Amino acid sequence: MLIKKASDIPSSEITPKSIYMNRRSFLSGAAAFAAGMTMLGCEMVKPSEVVHANTKLTTVKSQFSTTEPETPFKDITNYNNFYEFSTDKYGPADLARNFRSRPWKVKVGGAVAQKKTYEIDDLMKLAPLEERIYRLRCVEGWSMVIPWVGFSLSNLINQMQPTSKAKYVKFTTLMDMTQFPGQRSQVLDWPYTEGLRMDEAMHPLTLLTFGLYGETLPNQDGAPVRIVVPWKYGFKSIKSIVSIDFVGSEPATAWNTAAPNEYGFYSNVNPNVDHPRWSQATERRIGEFFKRKTLIFNGYGDQVASMYNGMDLKKYF
Amino acid sequence: MRRRWIVLLKVVVWILCLSPVSWLAWKATHDLLGANPLSEITLSTGHWTLYLLLITLAISPLRKITHLNWLIRFRRLVGLFAFFYGCLHLMTYLWFDKFFDVHEIVKDIYKRPFITAGMTAWVLMFPLALTSTARSIRWLGGKRWQILHRLIYASAIAGVVHFWWLVKRDLTRPEIMAAILIGLLGFRIIDRLLAARASHPAIMRPKTSNEAEPSGVSPG
Repeated sequence: MLIKKASDIPSSEITPKSIYMNRRSFLSGAAAFAAGMTMLGCEMVKPSEVVHANTKLTTVKSQFSTTEPETPFKDITNYNNFYEFSTDKYGPADLARNFRSRPWKVKVGGAVAQKKTYEIDDLMKLAPLEERIYRLRCVEGWSMVIPWVGFSLSNLINQMQPTSKAKYVKFTTLMDMTQFPGQRSQVLDWPYTEGLRMDEAMHPLTLLTFGLYGETLPNQDGAPVRIVVPWKYGFKSIKSIVSIDFVGSEPATAWNTAAPNEYGFYSNVNPNVDHPRWSQATERRIGEFFKRKTLIFNGYGDQVASMYNGMDLKKYF
Repeated sequence: MRRRWIVLLKVVVWILCLSPVSWLAWKATHDLLGANPLSEITLSTGHWTLYLLLITLAISPLRKITHLNWLIRFRRLVGLFAFFYGCLHLMTYLWFDKFFDVHEIVKDIYKRPFITAGMTAWVLMFPLALTSTARSIRWLGGKRWQILHRLIYASAIAGVVHFWWLVKRDLTRPEIMAAILIGLLGFRIIDRLLAARASHPAIMRPKTSNEAEPSGVSPG
């Protein structure tokens, strides 16, 4: 299924991070806006950036990677929807500074042959780490291209041997108000939960993710382990997971519980099904001036559309 | 208050009102607007429209409470700045979000309640800005001018509703703004009721000389 080509070049070396640190395309657009405003030098002051000393990871390339230009590391790590820290997108970078992502355990249970608790470092060794450059489309109408590091969730599922009762997989984020100040507010029903249908969870694109840009995940991006489901809106890609359960019926999920008419269980990226309050037809790729058209299943339709054959995607949004 | 002080204060108010847009422009030209600069510009100009609208609406009550009649001379200025930020906000939407695609814009206004509310708020501000001159008051007549400028109440309500409806989950900010607006409108209602009772039988309150100053977008 996967064509794994060994590569001993860490992904972070393929494209030097420093190049991505420089904002390029927006400035050309900003120039238009700034007509009439003084254009001073563009390289004078940079915003304070939170840089974590992350561990380098050795990865192999993946056939599932897109060749689109990657979103700068700075943007991926400073523009985060991570309500456990803050509802302000620029908040998590700073608030996550002292988050303890190690030691970390992930409990895998529910309808499985044998329940098991993994130490994060053992979990990471379950399969070779791959670099997967995926598009990420946020339900709010912006998108990024992110070089994730991880392996297909199916590797873990196969190891756990779920029983025939397992129809869905439920994921749960850590509950810890001392580390997650946002959990003190009632903005969502904590802990954050997400879920996938079994076939979605088994799909090779569904990534059990441990890193990005060739290094372990920065805290504000869901350290130490998260899911990435590239054909669904970003909030489905749950962060900082502490338990994975195989269950018999559709699990309650955080955003669906908060606003069932706005965020469906499936939440597949679909330009033809609007959010009740805004259109999903277009998106702003971070770093770009013009908006681009949103693609059905975020451009992964060839791989995933067959899972939804015969389903009314307007009803099961 | 001395004329000199008023002029000086007006300069200060001008500088204060222009500082948010200057700060935005500076950040835009120095790559300091974060990952999503256009969203940042939209949010910031929107917030300042609402802040300035609320400040405009706060001037009359403040004057009544403090008896500092000269306050009224700043109402038009702040009101016009609210309109200025409203225009910037609308422009960022029309230009950077819709790229002047008329069909898409019309569809959006029709289909999305929060856009409908936002457009309403701006449209209601427009005639107020147009008739903000002393000449307009003479042309319309004080009474009619005042009735027209009551549109600011509707505009502010539409503006806060617009903000409330677009927020994804964390309603703290729109809630604070709504509370302030309710307070400001509530003050007027109570003030009216008290005045009506006090002036029984109806005695026309003589106009003070300070009220001659036309106010931008607020009838007080």
